[in-house]
Amino acid sequence: MIKKFDKKDEESGSGSNPFQHLEKSAVLQEARIFNETPINPRRCLHILTKIIYLLNQGEHFGTTEATEAFFAMTRLFQSNDQTLRRMCYLTIKEMANISEDVIIVTSSLTKDMTGKEDVYRGPAIRALCRITDTTMLQAIERYMKQAIVDKVPSVSSSALVSSLHMVKMSYDVVKRWVNEAQEAASSDNIMVQYHALGLLYHLRKNDRLAVTKMLNKFTKSGLKSPFAYCMLIRIASKLLDETEGGHDSPLFDFIESCLRNKNEMVVYEAASAIVHMPHCTARELAPAVSVLQLFCSSPKAALRYAAVRTLNKVAMKHPSAVTACNLDLENLITDSNRSIATLAITTLLKTGSESSVDRLMKQISSFVSEISDEFKVVVVQAISALCQKYPRKHSVMMNFLSNMLRDDGGFEYKRAIVDCIISIIEENPESKETGLAHLCEFIEDCEHTVLATKILHLLGKEGPRTPQPSKYIRFIFNRVVLESEAVRAAAVSALAKFGAQNDDLLPSVLVLMQRCMMDSDDEVRDRATFYMNVLQQKQKALNAAYIFNGLSVSIPGLEKSLHQYTLDPSEKPFDMKTVPLATTPITEQKTEIAPIATSKLPEKLAPSRQDIYQEQLASIPEFQGLGPLFKSSEPVQLTEAETEYVVRCIKHTFARHMVFQFDCTNTLNDQLLQKVMVQMEPSEAYEVIHYVPALSLPYSQPGSCYTLIRLPDDDPTAVSCTFSCTMKYLVRDCDPNTGEPDDDGYDDEYVLEDLEVTVADHIQKVLKPNFGAAWEEVGDENEKEETFALASVRTLDEAVGNIISFLGMQPCERSDKVPENKNSHVLFLAGVFRGGHDVLVRARLALADGVTMQVTVRSSEETVVDVILASVG
Amino acid sequence: MRDRKQKQSYANWDYSLETSVPTGWTGHSLCVNVWTGENAEQEPSLYTVKAVFILDNDGNRLLSKYYDPELYPSMKEQKNFEKNVFNKTHKADNEIAFLEGMTIVYKSSIDLFFYVVGSAQENELMLMSVLNCLFDSLSQILRKNVERRCLLENMEGVFLVVDEIIDGGVILESDPQQVLQKINYRADDNPLSEQTVAQESSGTQEEAVFMT
Repeated sequence: MIKKFDKKDEESGSGSNPFQHLEKSAVLQEARIFNETPINPRRCLHILTKIIYLLNQGEHFGTTEATEAFFAMTRLFQSNDQTLRRMCYLTIKEMANISEDVIIVTSSLTKDMTGKEDVYRGPAIRALCRITDTTMLQAIERYMKQAIVDKVPSVSSSALVSSLHMVKMSYDVVKRWVNEAQEAASSDNIMVQYHALGLLYHLRKNDRLAVTKMLNKFTKSGLKSPFAYCMLIRIASKLLDETEGGHDSPLFDFIESCLRNKNEMVVYEAASAIVHMPHCTARELAPAVSVLQLFCSSPKAALRYAAVRTLNKVAMKHPSAVTACNLDLENLITDSNRSIATLAITTLLKTGSESSVDRLMKQISSFVSEISDEFKVVVVQAISALCQKYPRKHSVMMNFLSNMLRDDGGFEYKRAIVDCIISIIEENPESKETGLAHLCEFIEDCEHTVLATKILHLLGKEGPRTPQPSKYIRFIFNRVVLESEAVRAAAVSALAKFGAQNDDLLPSVLVLMQRCMMDSDDEVRDRATFYMNVLQQKQKALNAAYIFNGLSVSIPGLEKSLHQYTLDPSEKPFDMKTVPLATTPITEQKTEIAPIATSKLPEKLAPSRQDIYQEQLASIPEFQGLGPLFKSSEPVQLTEAETEYVVRCIKHTFARHMVFQFDCTNTLNDQLLQKVMVQMEPSEAYEVIHYVPALSLPYSQPGSCYTLIRLPDDDPTAVSCTFSCTMKYLVRDCDPNTGEPDDDGYDDEYVLEDLEVTVADHIQKVLKPNFGAAWEEVGDENEKEETFALASVRTLDEAVGNIISFLGMQPCERSDKVPENKNSHVLFLAGVFRGGHDVLVRARLALADGVTMQVTVRSSEETVVDVILASVG
Repeated sequence: MRDRKQKQSYANWDYSLETSVPTGWTGHSLCVNVWTGENAEQEPSLYTVKAVFILDNDGNRLLSKYYDPELYPSMKEQKNFEKNVFNKTHKADNEIAFLEGMTIVYKSSIDLFFYVVGSAQENELMLMSVLNCLFDSLSQILRKNVERRCLLENMEGVFLVVDEIIDGGVILESDPQQVLQKINYRADDNPLSEQTVAQESSGTQEEAVFMT
């Protein structure tokens, strides 16, 4: 009977895959033979394999059927067949989450883990820990402790790894096994050593002192396991990073010494750790680079890949450090592994000279279609960096990019290309039309809404100012006909910009707009109706305010203000001027495309930064009623670096007040400072109203104190002032080790550097995408003009930089970039003055002996114009 | 006493500022580069392997294990990933690839493909040592017949080998000899043929007698 059954089973499995047509129900049916006596190990084994195979294929097992099979399986523990028992462990692990009452096997597993058969013990521990929870873990704690220090490596390893898995769930229990883990770490077996180190680190990682001690111990004693070495290197570099340890630290020496380890894995880990350290000098990089160079000619693809990938990383920050490897990299550009070839080429693009660009681009275009999207993005980023380095190469690049744009690829890849083209357009005015043409072609068949809307926005901005704006209309209107709501809405906005800027196109745009008003989507219809009405007025000022330049307020701020307004209804209409301004204009593309080189762009933080300050200040009772926060300055250091107290100041400007936030850090570990405040002596008619002290300033924990001042009401032109600052506090000496302070203290003070308030603190940057329109909108009612000679300035670039930083206004129309070899330049600046008055500055610069500057200021408020001119003078 | 210098606390400040403004960061790190994983400073850990799988030459899954519950949690995503990896790797035996933000090392033999997946920051050589161990161990239990049919006939051995090499993403063993010793498994030349079943049943009879 059994035979016959078996035979059938064999036949069905005689195809190429014996598991091909497995039926879950049939397999579960077969599992009934688990209950037969005597147990047939071979057949049971085969059935267990089938069950695990099915689970692995993603077959769904219901709780009841899984539980039934699980319980049947438990009977198999009666057999002593080794493989069968091992498969039982696997089944337990696989079914731990789908079957009920799996803890029924606890005693069988405990028996196996403490039994005589070493072959069972390790796997039994791992299976047991898989089904154990915190309460049950305490019951087997004794066995686990023993197992960790067991002399059989597989038992010890299994116990250590299982403990590591359980740290997440039962940290408090596992923590008690730290001594055992410590003992295991000195085992001779390399895997036990590695696992013990991993567990120890996990248990101690929040205790920096313990980690340091552990590192000291192991770096001195030396380990056998290359894996453990890699782990140590990672721990050491993390610690170095956290403690800002200098490169003379013993930890750095340890990592460097690993470059001479005999195992490649360790050498590579060490090299990679050094390369990834934030402040490495070229000299410190050199040994790491030279081992990577050696790896470049390894016969192992993985090692070549690892090496060139890491070199590529180095080349981002220190291209010169990698130049020595150029020859090795050249050999890799024909590597059969395209990933390696791509990385080699992109690295060479960073380190090589302008003359090699064409050749490398040709090489890479021969196989760009074969590489994965991730690497295509790398290529695009390399191109983008190149365009900034060698602007003359933009036509080659543009061609290459447009070809790439036509190829298949995912969103990230396409976005990288689009960003890159946009940045080229912005850098090189002469490439604008070709670039726009490529992008127009792209949106004809673009599945990514985000990219389509982005390009439409760009077309709306740039298109109307090209010699032939009408040719873009077709592309844009096609979107209105063919695309989804979001794209249609963006297309309508773009159309409106053409109508507003080009009078001869206006009638046609109005006709198209009329059609858009019949759209099925609310947003599209609303926009069309709105723009239609604005355009029909044919007023420049309206166009500028509502079509070109849009809102400049911070969106979360607007939401909050509107919410507040609805909670507290009043007769007064909602005033837009009470809404905090957006601190950074969102539309600048350049910062987004440059991520390869700089991952930490401070400007990127700004929008949320101001909102956070607003929250923080609002929570202090003394500062309520100041109104919305207008502007927060960048932090100003008021102390030298590396002094006993570090103080920096952030200036917060409100409509009629300023708040100075002093972030103080006490770097003396034997002092506790209390009641810390910064006393300020103004030089002008500024009035200090209130001090908010920081109550306590323990060692190395930053704290903030505040000073509130009132700006002079009677003289609105008094925008600049110098404050002399003194920090006053109560010192209590304390024990450096415990931080326990003495009972009594004494008053002391510390003189800080002077703090200056300048005109820039009263002006918030606002980007006007269309400066001309904004200029007309404000009108010449309050216009004033004056001419200045800047004698000390030598170049136009320098002058532009000075003016921008002095006035703290936003350069528009990319006028902060002075074209090369020009003697004159016009700089456009836009901002909002405290109190919500728009202010625009046009500075014509001419280079003669020094720089002559004609400044024209327009604003909705006359005093503001005076303030600006007065402060420039 | 006053001129003691402490660089450390100075640095902590910058951290506190950064962590207090998460939104700008995440937005930015998205457009940074999944590829270098620049912003993802990695916590040192033993969890090296994200996934391991064996596919046949049509890209069908024969075995696969995912160790990071956040990585492709659903079966559909897993199979999609496997398909994508297979399509990108089966044509050329290149040993290493980078896909969907993962480092993948692989190896093929006749009609089988073996893959080990790790994060972008992972040490590629560590992943290689896992792959080599997997391959060598299987090669030995299959007596060098590393091909689909033979593998499927010894599927239990394959499951056991994988279980001994990786436990929940941690490299448990990297030496094929040790693995073989631990699982103590040998492939059968003629699995479950009629003859062996006959032997088996006689064997079980003896056992039954013994048990009584």
